[in-house]
Amino acid sequence: MSGHIVSVKLYLGIFVALLCLTALTIRVAYIDLGAFNTVAALAIAVVKMLLVVLFFMHVKYSGRLIQVFILAGVLFLAILVTFTLADELTRHWSPTPTGWGIIVPLLSRLF
Amino acid sequence: MTVHSAHPPGFAHQFEDMEQQREAGSLGMWVFLLTEIMFFGGLFASYIIYRALYLPAFEIGSHLLEVQFGALNTAVLILSSLTMALAIHSAQVGKRRAQVWFLITTMILGAAFLAIKFTFEWHHDYIEHLVPGFGFIIRPEWGAAGQHVPMFFCFYFFMTGLHALHMIIGIGLLTVLTVMAHRGRFTPEYYAPLEVSGLYWHFVDIIWIFLFPLLYLIGGRYIGGGH
Amino acid sequence: MSTATIDVHEAPAGSHVNYLNAKYGVKSWLLTTDHKRIALLYLVSITLMFFVGGFFAVLMRLHLIEPQGALVQPETYNKLFTMHGVIMVFFFLVPSIPATLGNFLVPMMIGARDLAFPKLNLLSWYIYVIGACFTLYAVISGGVDTGWTFYTPYSSSFSHTSVIPTALGVFITGFSSILTGLNFVVTIHKMRAPGLTWFRLPLFIWAIYATSIIFILGTPVIAITLFLLGLERLLHIGIFDPAIGGDPILFQHLFWFYSHPAVYIMILPGMGVMSELVTCFSRKKIFGYSFVAFSSLSIAIISFLVWGHHMFVTGQSIYAGLIFSVLSFMVAIPSAVKVFNWTATLYKGSISYDAPMLYALGFIGLFTMGGLTGLFLASLATDVHLNGTYFIVAHFHYIMVGGAVMAYLGGIHFWWPKITGRLYPDGWARFAALVIFVGFNLTFFPQFMLGYLGMPRRFAVYPAEFQVLNVMSSAGASILGIGYLIPLIYLTWSMRYGPAAGPNPWGAKGLEWTTPSPPPTENFEEIPVVTEDAYDYAHSTVTRV
Repeated sequence: MSGHIVSVKLYLGIFVALLCLTALTIRVAYIDLGAFNTVAALAIAVVKMLLVVLFFMHVKYSGRLIQVFILAGVLFLAILVTFTLADELTRHWSPTPTGWGIIVPLLSRLF
Repeated sequence: MTVHSAHPPGFAHQFEDMEQQREAGSLGMWVFLLTEIMFFGGLFASYIIYRALYLPAFEIGSHLLEVQFGALNTAVLILSSLTMALAIHSAQVGKRRAQVWFLITTMILGAAFLAIKFTFEWHHDYIEHLVPGFGFIIRPEWGAAGQHVPMFFCFYFFMTGLHALHMIIGIGLLTVLTVMAHRGRFTPEYYAPLEVSGLYWHFVDIIWIFLFPLLYLIGGRYIGGGH
Repeated sequence: MSTATIDVHEAPAGSHVNYLNAKYGVKSWLLTTDHKRIALLYLVSITLMFFVGGFFAVLMRLHLIEPQGALVQPETYNKLFTMHGVIMVFFFLVPSIPATLGNFLVPMMIGARDLAFPKLNLLSWYIYVIGACFTLYAVISGGVDTGWTFYTPYSSSFSHTSVIPTALGVFITGFSSILTGLNFVVTIHKMRAPGLTWFRLPLFIWAIYATSIIFILGTPVIAITLFLLGLERLLHIGIFDPAIGGDPILFQHLFWFYSHPAVYIMILPGMGVMSELVTCFSRKKIFGYSFVAFSSLSIAIISFLVWGHHMFVTGQSIYAGLIFSVLSFMVAIPSAVKVFNWTATLYKGSISYDAPMLYALGFIGLFTMGGLTGLFLASLATDVHLNGTYFIVAHFHYIMVGGAVMAYLGGIHFWWPKITGRLYPDGWARFAALVIFVGFNLTFFPQFMLGYLGMPRRFAVYPAEFQVLNVMSSAGASILGIGYLIPLIYLTWSMRYGPAAGPNPWGAKGLEWTTPSPPPTENFEEIPVVTEDAYDYAHSTVTRV
């Protein structure tokens, strides 16, 4: 908190933007984009979150320290999700590794 | 030792001055929000795992939720974030009555959110036998994915339930703040409790910003949607 | 640096106004916001829980004298190792140094009057006590038998014991940790004295800061996990329920995401204490200050990347196992850096063998053994054979007891004169340290051998050929138990009959040693201005009393 005073006009503008983005996310859900539907929905949610964080929560006017803390939270959450997925999604992969012979099948699986 | 008499009301003596106190209070709330990110994060992480494993079942479950209520609630919460921000703004410019009205409006919007959720959504789901552990019925039209649909609804109720719990706590906080604001406790020099509670309220809003698409919009809502 | 020169040698102990005698009465203690009093409240509660958890260990070791079990039914034995683990991990080790020494010393070491949020500090103690009450209720209402790890689906669907009260107790106490960590982080960032830059901080502060990062990022995850576990038991349905597609391994991922960093919560503060002890009792500045400081942060961060090494044999994908194995090797590096640096600090130091130093020297050896045996377990091929055996039990006890508890006792002895204004009897202290060292090794070294020979852990019975080693271990446990009782007696005795301590009986560097013993409530008459680096013993004019 810096004591920085944000104008009412800016708050109203952010509010309208958030409502528009909500409408957009619903509209996009009714269009067939395949797997991209999820990406779009999450991308819009991230933009909405950034608007709230930067303007309503004043992070745009705050110091480096708080930005680092927020990033840390996102990062460690990403670690939890990524490493757990790395287990859950590879549970039934074959071949089961036995020595160096695993390298080529593994690489061909990844690319 | 620094002079005491110059400090405004609300000054805590472990600090050297109000500036240090304000910065500490703000950092403290952000650290707390970090713990909340990880707390909800455990649920979000589990949700992501099971959605990856059981996508068809999650799509079925998601389509059984009513988008209009989710959308309405999203709008309600966004508006409440605006009124919360305006309450703080009023304190920053020294408008006491405006503070109180904005805080009360925020509380009303929060209560409206809970009312919509509990009566139109949860109660409706209970009647439709979609609450796991309370008479959940697996419908034959769900096919092979049917046995995993209760998993989706576990997440639906746990995540929105935990979110609702945080809303209730937030409304409690706002009640206390409204009383304090009414008594003129917040001035342009001292409005830290408002600012810090605002951070909490906005955070709860952000959780919902993610919950809405993740729960209500899985697999798309287009005709033939969900694959 | 301005100091108040109070000559406490002539005056009777604690005759000046200090935090202990400033106010009297139960209310002044139970409603205090003074970080030093709160530290003592924690000290009492944690010591109580230590002896409860220790009592269960005694019962276990008595039972294991006989291959068919000498004391209890197998179902009861399951409850004993569960309750021992739950209480020792969550109610003793996790809070131990941070809540006692951390609470007392952090403001003093950085030249502040208190923590940033004194009332939150008091709240954290009450939360700890409430959580402990739930868990103790679980003990007396029949106990828990799931193992401290609460693995599903046994804990969620099949166990008939007091799982919910125990999980609730741990859940609640978790918030105590979170508040403590929050308080430390904000305090260290915002309330350092003028001139006290990050790289002039005592390494104990770096260690506490790193520990607090883990408190903040990790504890909420186990909170939600236990919450979900409790819900599942209550509703008979939940996200770990295989009937609706739940994966028991997911529970393990969520559980260990916290519980692995938790073991670093348990050791990092001890490492912080080590840096203080080794420098003071070698009268030398630490070798490689910034390496030790950064190693604390590295341990905190890398500790979040290795949790899967607890799940190599429970059904985790072998590909994930490969990743976790490599990362587990990496996490050993910063710990090794610390051990090298402490040893290098000792080299050509002017070493004295007071009780705190005996604990510190013991730590170096025992922690190194525990840490190296961790590498055998990080390696997939060897872990397959050693997992689930007494090798694991020995490994973590070497670190948690041979490491963390020894560091805790060393710290208690080092700062005891500051905290109480009294000196304890030196001879008894050194004797107890040696008894503990001998008892510890006799208890746990045979367990390495038992594990290697294949004796499984968490079993109430064992093949007869393992009896000799088990009896040795139990004999060691009795010695260790006596070793722990000795300081309880003389430290308590010293609070009333010990000779008065001056401000700096060890001749140590650090802001806390510039205050009277015990310190006044506000810590410093004037906030000091710091101009020198930490551990500046070479230019020190302070000598031992």
